[in-house]
Amino acid sequence: MILEAKGISFGYKKDVNLFDQVQITVESHERVGIIAPSGFGKTTLCQILAGYIKPISGQVLLDGKDIHKIQGYCPVQMIWQHPEKVVNPRLRMKGTIAEGDEIEERIMDGLGIERDWLNRFPGELSGGEMQRFCIARALGKRTKFLIADEISTMLDLITQSQIWNFLLAELAERKIGLIVVTHSTPLIERIATRQVVLATNYDI
Amino acid sequence: MNNTGSITVLQKYKRKQLNQRSQTLMYIASGSIFLLAITVIGTLVGDIAITTNFTQKNFLPHMAHPFGTDWLGRDMLARTLKGMSISIYIGLFASVISAVIAAVLGAAAATLGKKVDAVITWFIDLVMGIPHLLLLILISYALGRGTFGVVVAVAISHWPVLTRIIRGEILQLKEANYIKIAEKLGQSKMKIVVKHMIPHVFPQFLVGLVLLFPHAILHEAALTFLGFGLPPEQPGIGIILSESMKYLSLGMWWLALFPGMVLMTTVLLFDVVGGSLRKMIDPHSAQE
Repeated sequence: MILEAKGISFGYKKDVNLFDQVQITVESHERVGIIAPSGFGKTTLCQILAGYIKPISGQVLLDGKDIHKIQGYCPVQMIWQHPEKVVNPRLRMKGTIAEGDEIEERIMDGLGIERDWLNRFPGELSGGEMQRFCIARALGKRTKFLIADEISTMLDLITQSQIWNFLLAELAERKIGLIVVTHSTPLIERIATRQVVLATNYDI
Repeated sequence: MNNTGSITVLQKYKRKQLNQRSQTLMYIASGSIFLLAITVIGTLVGDIAITTNFTQKNFLPHMAHPFGTDWLGRDMLARTLKGMSISIYIGLFASVISAVIAAVLGAAAATLGKKVDAVITWFIDLVMGIPHLLLLILISYALGRGTFGVVVAVAISHWPVLTRIIRGEILQLKEANYIKIAEKLGQSKMKIVVKHMIPHVFPQFLVGLVLLFPHAILHEAALTFLGFGLPPEQPGIGIILSESMKYLSLGMWWLALFPGMVLMTTVLLFDVVGGSLRKMIDPHSAQE
């Protein structure tokens, strides 16, 4: 499968565009790393690519189909930077994780999710624990592309490498394409097969 | 050598008799019981409230008549309870109707697009812009006063505040990331409403409903006091208060004092129950 961004322009202010005519093409076997300093629109770009924000002009296409027209489970899933902002505080974790496809035990083991966390509320988990649930939630059977927006910043180095090792093996096995956003160059160098740098002149 | 360390206990842990949560529960329970008692007794009092007895006119409060008797020898305790229970019934009816209107309009404004939102917001501003009592009098007068007039007036004038709250809550929820994610995970609209929205909005709705009560009761009494509400043959609390005005100058203070105090207590109790309920339901203060 191919995830394609065609001529995307977007800006939060009326006349100032954050992106102008951005082109990105990602294939299923690729792992694309996007590097940029803070405030350059990494998260915004992620949200556009995952279909959470509609660009002012241009299209995001998944195998030629507009991502906003996909009904039901979206094959492009995003993992957010702040897990506490993306789970319903009134729902136990087992309810949160059951929203998409069924998550296999294997995935939960690989991410180090302990089973008694399932009965807890988000407020009773740490950021790192919650983030594992968010990663697991995005790894449903129908996921074809994963967009990871600074997903490991709240984890210690050992956990980080455990999670990335598992994630990379999983992605390779299931041929899921990855777009990873970070400002940590070593991480990108280890993970990505291709790098993209967001720069001031919007040149990609 | 003395190796044993010692720990100074700065403050001995002492369990409070009741923590905040059980205290709040107590408030809710006792408030509800008291209000229920007024309603039930008031309903059962029946004819005693309007039975005249000219051998017992103008009695000061004493054992047989704790609230005294009026110029027709009617027992003021019975009248007060009866009047209060009528007020509570009207309050219940009116605030339920108001809350339902608020839920429907609030949800419509938040979900049916900008035009509907603009119209409903305009309506809220319109109703809130008119002085409350004036609006009540206008509606009640237009409907020919009486019980029907006062119930309708109170019911259809108390929805704006709750409508605003519900509209705001839903608008905020719609932007919540976890709801957008649920959509991307293939959850249907209906499931999102049931699983994410209702559990969030319902507690606000319930608290709003209970807090509408004191307003409704007070406005019913005010409307009746001014002569636009319940008919004079019914012992409404407003009727009792306005009738007693004529006798106050004759030194019959008990005619106004006790019914007024019961009215105030009831209204305050409803406020306490509503406030405590909010405290219990709101996750930020539930464990305090």
